[in-house]
Amino acid sequence: MTLHRWRNFINAVMFGLTAACALAVVCVLFWILGFLLWNGGKSLNWAFFTQLPKPPGEMGGGMANAILGSAQIVCIASLMGIPIGFLGGIYLAEFGMGTFPFLVRYTADLLNGVPSIVMGLFAYAIVVRPMHQFSALAGGVALSVILIPTTIRTTEQFLRAVPQTLREGALALGANKWKAIATVVVPAAVRGVATGMILGIARIAGESAPLLFTSFGNQYWSRSLGQPTASLPVMIFTYAISPYDDWHREAWAAGLVLLAVMLLLNISARLVLSPGAPRN
Amino acid sequence: MSETAALLARGTEKPSRPAFLSRLRNGDEAAHLITLIFAAAILLIAVLLVLELFRTSVEARHKFGWAFLLTSKWDPVAGQFGALPFIYGTVVTSAVALLISVPLGLGAAIFLSELAPPRVSDALTFIIELLAAVPSVIYGLLAVFALVPLLRDPIQPFLQRYLGFLPLFQGPSYGVGFLAAGLILAIMVVPFIISISRESLLAVPNEQREAALAVGATRWESTWQVVVPYARLGIIGSVFLALARALGETMAVTMVIGNTPQIVTSLFATGYTIPAVIANEFTEATGDLHLSALIELGLVLFLLTIIINGFARLMVLATTRRGSTNP
Repeated sequence: MTLHRWRNFINAVMFGLTAACALAVVCVLFWILGFLLWNGGKSLNWAFFTQLPKPPGEMGGGMANAILGSAQIVCIASLMGIPIGFLGGIYLAEFGMGTFPFLVRYTADLLNGVPSIVMGLFAYAIVVRPMHQFSALAGGVALSVILIPTTIRTTEQFLRAVPQTLREGALALGANKWKAIATVVVPAAVRGVATGMILGIARIAGESAPLLFTSFGNQYWSRSLGQPTASLPVMIFTYAISPYDDWHREAWAAGLVLLAVMLLLNISARLVLSPGAPRN
Repeated sequence: MSETAALLARGTEKPSRPAFLSRLRNGDEAAHLITLIFAAAILLIAVLLVLELFRTSVEARHKFGWAFLLTSKWDPVAGQFGALPFIYGTVVTSAVALLISVPLGLGAAIFLSELAPPRVSDALTFIIELLAAVPSVIYGLLAVFALVPLLRDPIQPFLQRYLGFLPLFQGPSYGVGFLAAGLILAIMVVPFIISISRESLLAVPNEQREAALAVGATRWESTWQVVVPYARLGIIGSVFLALARALGETMAVTMVIGNTPQIVTSLFATGYTIPAVIANEFTEATGDLHLSALIELGLVLFLLTIIINGFARLMVLATTRRGSTNP
């Protein structure tokens, strides 16, 4: 074989290998989807959405309390995290020059990489300890601390993508800066900003590690936000590692529901709301 | 000249009170201040986080000092806490994860940026980003019910038969253990490696590729000897980001690691990691010392990921900036 043909051969082999790598990774998603649809589909029924969990050994039962609990915790986290992240993002994009904004940006990036279980420890220290009780509130605080850094950075990113000429146009018409921001810049970026928020909320909705010792868990309805509250991801964890077969089936059903919500939020945010938008 | 003097004079005038008030009423300063406060909230959170972790772990830090990191006896009943087995488990599972995910991720990133037509590349990238959004507890579910049985039966006995002379592949196959945790971690971090590496590769200026092809390189030679080295900082950065993820990953690992604090060479053995022990023991901690030892483990994990992340961010920043200044 001549050197020339050898080099072409290597070229083909190596690019073939890279294609195989890409294919393998993409197959993982379909493997996950297939497995969950097969196992979760078999055990998903209407009772799952409407009934409380049953003790092991009794047939039936559902995870209605965990679904509601997850919704509550995510709502609390969003109510705290979204305004802080959004306004902070406006600061970074519109007023942010110099050392202090750089510091904020870098801190946000670092916090973004902190393991979620550490955020759980943090929420335990500042909420659960003083209140002497696990609660939905503590879970919400833990998740909001995860949500804030992503929101602040995506908001900044999308506001920065608004052309400078739009700001100048508004200022030239006599608007002052905050009016230009509120009536021109933010509306121009609203789709992207909303996408970033939805992706952030989707991410925290699937978190379980920080909830283990903040919102804990509950086999019943929780009466208030100051009570231990069940959540879907934590239920999947406890049910999956339990030794009971009917609990495993419930875990599959819950996994399917969680994955469906997650994919729905992600796909709608990325495709419908802002096709071709940059990612967080 | 006189104009300049007038301007200077005006500049030195003190702003009168009504003017200041009207500026405030216009709202620009107020908006600046309000958004600044919210942005500063993130610094407050970071500072509080560090302070609280230090404050709540004080008992264990005082009692054990540096020996906490260097001893391997973890006995809550006797009040003995040494973190070494957990550190070992965390490092080993992350190393296995990187060994598998780095070649796989880099290969896929090269395919997506250099070879695939743009539409195919975009579609595949979209799927890979969905993978990054799958919650870790779902990966754990799959690991427990799909990966572990596979490892227990065909894979581990196979490895033992052909590679059993290595100390890594010895002992009984339970399925759960370092290998299972490393494999599921590899699957979980690969999307991060791909999306950041792909971006760094796409940021390489086209002239670099064209120059290599013009002197007679094949496409692969241009990619491997010119494009990849040019993007190397971004790629290394992506590997470090993936490492930080792998170190801190909790749920999936907790479900398949086997929960045994021990230091053994075999990857078939069961082990324990820092996040896993926090997840398992925190709500059932036997006392304040146990709690503060667990929080100190959290502090170790926090510092480790902060250092790795800080390093990685700087690298990614360096490449994307260089890419954007040479369009």
